[in-house]
Amino acid sequence: MATASAIVTKYSRDDKFQGGILVLIALVVAIAVLLPLFTIFLKSVENRDGQFVGILNYVEYFQTPALVASIYNTIIIGVVTTVIVIILAFIYAYALTRSCMPYKNLFRSISLIPLLAPSLLPAIALIYMFGNQGYMKELMFGYEIRGPIGIVISLVFWIFPHVVILLSTALSTADGRLYEAAKVLRTKSIRTFFKITLPAAKYGVMSACFVAFLYAITDFGACKVIGGWFTVLSLDIYKQVVGQQNFQLGSVVSVILLLPVVVTFIAQRQVQRKQTAQITPGSVPYQPKPNRRFDLLMLLYCIAVSFILLAILGTAAFASFVKFWPYNLSLSLTNYQFNLMDGGSWQAYRNSVVMSLYTAFIGTAVIFCSAYFIEKTRRYRGLRSSLNFLSIVPLATPGMVLGLAYLFFFNDPLNPLNFIYKTMIILVLANIVHYYTVPHLTATTALKQLDVEFESVSASLKVPFYKTFWHVTLPICIPALSNIWIYLFVTAITTVSAVVFLYGHDTNIAAVAVVNMDDAGDVAPAAAMAMMIVYTAMGVRIVHWLLTHFIEKHTQKWRQQKLTSD
Amino acid sequence: MNYYLRLRTIITSLVAMVALIGTAVAQDELIVYTAIEADELAMFEQEFEADNPNIDLKWGARDSTGIITAKLLAEKDNPQADIVWGLAATSLVFLANEDYFEGYSPKGVEMLDPKYVDPTMNPPLWVGQRAWIASICYNTVEGEKNGVPQPSSWQDLTKPEYQGHVVMPNPNSSGTGFLDVSSWLQIWGEEDGWAFMDALHENIAWYTHSGSKPCKQAAAGEITVGVSFAYRGAKLKNQGAPVEVIAPEEGVGWDLEAFGIVKGAKNMAAAQALADWSVTKKANEIYNREYAVVAMPGVAQEVENFPPNILEKMINNDFAWAAGNRQRILSEWQNRYGAKSEPKS
Repeated sequence: MATASAIVTKYSRDDKFQGGILVLIALVVAIAVLLPLFTIFLKSVENRDGQFVGILNYVEYFQTPALVASIYNTIIIGVVTTVIVIILAFIYAYALTRSCMPYKNLFRSISLIPLLAPSLLPAIALIYMFGNQGYMKELMFGYEIRGPIGIVISLVFWIFPHVVILLSTALSTADGRLYEAAKVLRTKSIRTFFKITLPAAKYGVMSACFVAFLYAITDFGACKVIGGWFTVLSLDIYKQVVGQQNFQLGSVVSVILLLPVVVTFIAQRQVQRKQTAQITPGSVPYQPKPNRRFDLLMLLYCIAVSFILLAILGTAAFASFVKFWPYNLSLSLTNYQFNLMDGGSWQAYRNSVVMSLYTAFIGTAVIFCSAYFIEKTRRYRGLRSSLNFLSIVPLATPGMVLGLAYLFFFNDPLNPLNFIYKTMIILVLANIVHYYTVPHLTATTALKQLDVEFESVSASLKVPFYKTFWHVTLPICIPALSNIWIYLFVTAITTVSAVVFLYGHDTNIAAVAVVNMDDAGDVAPAAAMAMMIVYTAMGVRIVHWLLTHFIEKHTQKWRQQKLTSD
Repeated sequence: MNYYLRLRTIITSLVAMVALIGTAVAQDELIVYTAIEADELAMFEQEFEADNPNIDLKWGARDSTGIITAKLLAEKDNPQADIVWGLAATSLVFLANEDYFEGYSPKGVEMLDPKYVDPTMNPPLWVGQRAWIASICYNTVEGEKNGVPQPSSWQDLTKPEYQGHVVMPNPNSSGTGFLDVSSWLQIWGEEDGWAFMDALHENIAWYTHSGSKPCKQAAAGEITVGVSFAYRGAKLKNQGAPVEVIAPEEGVGWDLEAFGIVKGAKNMAAAQALADWSVTKKANEIYNREYAVVAMPGVAQEVENFPPNILEKMINNDFAWAAGNRQRILSEWQNRYGAKSEPKS
């Protein structure tokens, strides 16, 4: 009886079900992202008793010179860090993509090591290197490492891998034909660099600049440990909230920190959009040609940078085993007796591992499924595109701000979800939301590569969508799922900003313990705990690599065959 | 409809899993907020639970005095702690003024020195446990290297040769920092006290978050002189750190570690059990392991490497004055010196 038009407009059972799921996702997003962030704005215009006071808190803020100075400090730290890290990482990425130096894979792996450490770690190591008892103190020429110098070095270390990844991608997508032409025309190599290489990588570099700047101005760990008397916005949030329990002023600082973050973020999105249109179908991949002098130079540069990265990590590792720096350099495990330290315990370490596992497993499932429904549902276009937009919001939300938002929202006795405050649930939730965007984009990209025909054919054969999902979509996306999993695990175990407001007496975690032990003056145990995080992240990363290697070999063979048959 | 059912099963099991993660809080837990040092926490917990096997003591929050005080204040309308235990008496008096505590006379409280028990109320709102006393930690190795002589008085620290070689705790976060400031104001009066701090500020390298950190940094040679407290200094010296623990000649500030039962405590019986236990001879003997002055007379034995004659140098501390002026002193301090402070102040 069904007419053609009825088929088009009638919502099938699958459609209705998918619509229901989409509404559910929207609801969760509202509860987990929008409402908490909204409470930050609310708090910033309230007094301690919860009455509306307009901009009074902002007036108070701008009348306190010590607080306003942080705005300037934050921007300076952001700019200086960005400039240094971009230059260092650009040459490194250039060596990885445009030279024929040996051991490229080794250097690529070494450059990624800082990803496995919390930003607290380089700061602690720098104190052992350049502090008053530092073994390289003389290199400071009388300058104090505690303060802006230490913050910038720590941040450069910590942001370096992110920028190397971005710039390597930007530099590896060059059009080889342009270089051929330049060579034929006998263009000087320096001119080739400025006229071809840089313009082609322009958007990639700009995008990397914005990312570096974003990370630098929102970081909390490095400034906390090595900031000395120097303050930045994210520290002010912490000081106001944890130190003074002044939640109103804490939210004012959060809103102020959000401004440069949102502006940078929008600029970054604009630039990224342009970047995608670079490569045309006619492009030929660029292949670097051997050049002894150049390759040697690049090799030496990469050795130098890798040496510094490893020296910072090695210092923290060594300091964690030293009995009593600097007077008794014998090695022992005393500093790993976390149960005897202020603010640390082995329980905290175990909690961290459990939290990261939950974040990785639940996060992968949730993020992939929601990306699936957003991507593969045929109807409800408006709802889907707004959900896609909302998935980007967490990337523009600093961890400190998200954490504070959760504290306000879930600690409210009137909130029916109040019971999750200070439990493992809120830590996992905060981590998944905080790091939602990158996995969401990964999942969406993977799903986009699948032909929509799968769904159409299934629908016409009256195969319910979940069968297609289970038997087709999921197996094909295993590599993406595995990437998401490890990303979530590593970010969860190294993060401190989002969770520093949310842990409770049973749910203290390792990264927070590093902060608290350092606060109490137990610097070596803090280094030891930071190293436990590194060991764990590294171990899981290696196991993960071996497993994916194994799985890919056995389940993803068809990809190889397709490539060779092309 | 088959997959609806299947999905429902999945959702129910998911919900069950989530509930499992959130390990529900057991009912007979005793939530204790404290500012005592972490290296003693486990020991107190064990000793108390050994005597009270049916109570599960949980350290709900452990942080520096100022942080715990601010936290308690912030939770005033919805208190999370059953008992505040091992927090500065100044803070307890301050919180008692905010009507935070339920009066209770622990069994045997009459055995304690009355000057360590709340004098204003009966039953008392707070009961003292032991005193911690300000001291200077001086690193002899670094002192020689940097040409910084060993100080014998507070005023010494304002001399030019100490510039950049002194660290002290921020009184906003640290109870030790507050008892220093409060003692200087009590010894010299407001005007001269602030003048001393102005001069001292010129020599301070940085202010720390916790009261033991200056001494730990002095012990590690990160700094030469750390304004801290006697217990931490003596302990580090016993561990072999090259530090001298000095009680300055003008007199030293001190405060009591004390406890008070929170009004409307969820586990009142357990809170009272801990209060009773805390005034026993056994508890006082444990306090004495690290601290030279405890609330029960006749218990205290000398503690190794405590500065000699430190007991005579303890000032006549006026708790009511210190608590009543706490907020004013702290904000004045913050306005004058806040910019040099370490994070989390």
